[in-house]
Amino acid sequence: MTETIIQIEQMKKYFPIGKEKTVKSVDDISIEIKRGETFGLVGESGSGKSTLGKTIVGLEDPTSGKIVYNDLDLSQLNKKQKRQINREIQVIFQDPHASLNPRMRVGDIIAEGIDAHKLATGKNRQDRVYELLERVGLQPEHAKRYPHEFSGGQRQRIGIARALAVEPKFIVADEPISALDVSIQAQVINLLEDLKEQEDLTYLFIAHDLGMVKHISDRIGVMYLGKMMELSDSDELFRDPLHPYTKALLSAIPIANPEAERRERIVLDGDPPSPVDPPSGCRFRTRCPFAMDVCAKEVPEWREVKEKHWTACHLYNK
Amino acid sequence: MLERLLEVNNLEVSFKTYGGEVQAVRDVSFHVDKGEILAIVGESGSGKSVTVQSIMGLIPTPPGKIKNGEVLLEGQDLLKLSKRDMQKVKGSKISMVFQDPMTSLNPTMKVGKQIAESITTHQNIKGQEAKERAIDMIRRVGISNPAERYEQYPHEFSGGMRQRIMIAIALACHPKVLLADEPTTALDVTIQAQVLDLMKNLKDEMDTSIILITHDLGVVAETAERVAVMYGGMIVETAPVNELFHNPKHPYTWGLLESIPDIDAADKKRLVPIEGAPPDLFSPPKGCPFAPRCKYAMDVCVEEMPPAFSIDSGHEAKCWLNDSRSPALKELVAAGRQLS
Repeated sequence: MTETIIQIEQMKKYFPIGKEKTVKSVDDISIEIKRGETFGLVGESGSGKSTLGKTIVGLEDPTSGKIVYNDLDLSQLNKKQKRQINREIQVIFQDPHASLNPRMRVGDIIAEGIDAHKLATGKNRQDRVYELLERVGLQPEHAKRYPHEFSGGQRQRIGIARALAVEPKFIVADEPISALDVSIQAQVINLLEDLKEQEDLTYLFIAHDLGMVKHISDRIGVMYLGKMMELSDSDELFRDPLHPYTKALLSAIPIANPEAERRERIVLDGDPPSPVDPPSGCRFRTRCPFAMDVCAKEVPEWREVKEKHWTACHLYNK
Repeated sequence: MLERLLEVNNLEVSFKTYGGEVQAVRDVSFHVDKGEILAIVGESGSGKSVTVQSIMGLIPTPPGKIKNGEVLLEGQDLLKLSKRDMQKVKGSKISMVFQDPMTSLNPTMKVGKQIAESITTHQNIKGQEAKERAIDMIRRVGISNPAERYEQYPHEFSGGMRQRIMIAIALACHPKVLLADEPTTALDVTIQAQVLDLMKNLKDEMDTSIILITHDLGVVAETAERVAVMYGGMIVETAPVNELFHNPKHPYTWGLLESIPDIDAADKKRLVPIEGAPPDLFSPPKGCPFAPRCKYAMDVCVEEMPPAFSIDSGHEAKCWLNDSRSPALKELVAAGRQLS
């Protein structure tokens, strides 16, 4: 067993639109996720963070590049290996209203994976469902009910129980708390943290709420228009952001303390450009307060500027 | 002396459904002073949106019904106005910005026309003059090339830009009060910062009062001057913004503040969620709506609705812990309740 659970190498995911255009949703990204860590992925709408997550789970095929899971190249698997990987990599979705089948009883929703992988039948299956419900803070009698009888937070717990049912090793959580109320978000975050400890899980946690991402993540990657802009330990990222985009993003977070020392807010002009026709060179240059001539000409190199702190920005090219 | 611009007194709103009557807003009273930003915070179902919709006369009746209360704008009760009179007040004295800028603009009409329409409807300005006013509004909400933008359709604008257009429409007739229902919730954080700055600047420029509805305490802290916290259809605490964050007096407010991570904290602390779920408004509890989830709940809390206790000037909390007969928090903790 290596230390790296998932390795993504120069992955690209392009979606064709119309005749000659493509959306470069994920464009040449390489990251490693270590066993047992929570890797946070942040970025705004259209940055490609969800596409990256979906491609890892296998809901999308990469246009090019490699995804290696435990030394296995995910594009080169035989049928048996594929089944096994489908068990080990699970996903939790954002919208707990749309991701549960309204016509199925909660017990059957949770047991779908158990049935598909023939992990248990009869009494064992039932016991497993009851146990899972209790693990996520619900009651065994909830198995007979339908999704509409539950609140948003409870539905998200059902989605988590469904993911856990097949004993996964790696979970992609795509905006798992964005649709929930503040007081319920904390409940779900605590649950995810507890389960990670108990089950030795690794998370890819995708979100746009930077406060929560900082709270739950060991390392954070920042995406913008399909590119990784910066990557480091989460404390380090908040303490010493290097990339101008990260700086602007962090300075824009509203802080729940009216007397907080006013950080200098870097207000970005305009909106992110279209991923159909992204700017040449550095993708952020059109909104960057520090853009230089070189930024339009050359794509900045992905470099380790400080120890374990990577960024792609010409300001740090010496 | 601050001028009371808008005053809501004892508002009660309910909706008839097949499942029974939902008491969405229960005895809500608050006010907004001239040029002030009041934030109303609360979670889904707390009644915050229904409250502002009642002010705007947007409650569909039936199934909705305003059972009691008054909404005084400069002394005039909006709830008593005829539809026609209310139409005159809307837009010219009071206007609203919604959460989703994608659905609140007409997709088949030029953006500039939509602003001009609002000006023509409420003020006796027509044709070229209305157009010029509209172009000026586009410029004022921070969109470049306003004359070209006037001729474009909503799909040619991004989410943040559309929200700016909505604000331009709402402010085109210089209303006295702007109601903003989650105006930045659908926007990315860098765009949210732009839009909030814009609203604050326009407020100062045009001397408009703003009622900002949000669930984001960060947005509250950075934007509002006064805050009302809603829970279970009621306002449970009102205070000036600093006071609310540093000296909160309602356990629900404590819970909200504890459930968000401290972004400046060096070490990670476990979050403290509020356990349980919000009350069922089909049959709201007769006591405090928060009592079933409250760590400090006493017998009286379940039995009797707490009155608004005055803590300080402008600071009120509906919680029995503030009654002089209640045991101090220390004693409750000693009796086995946890203090976080």
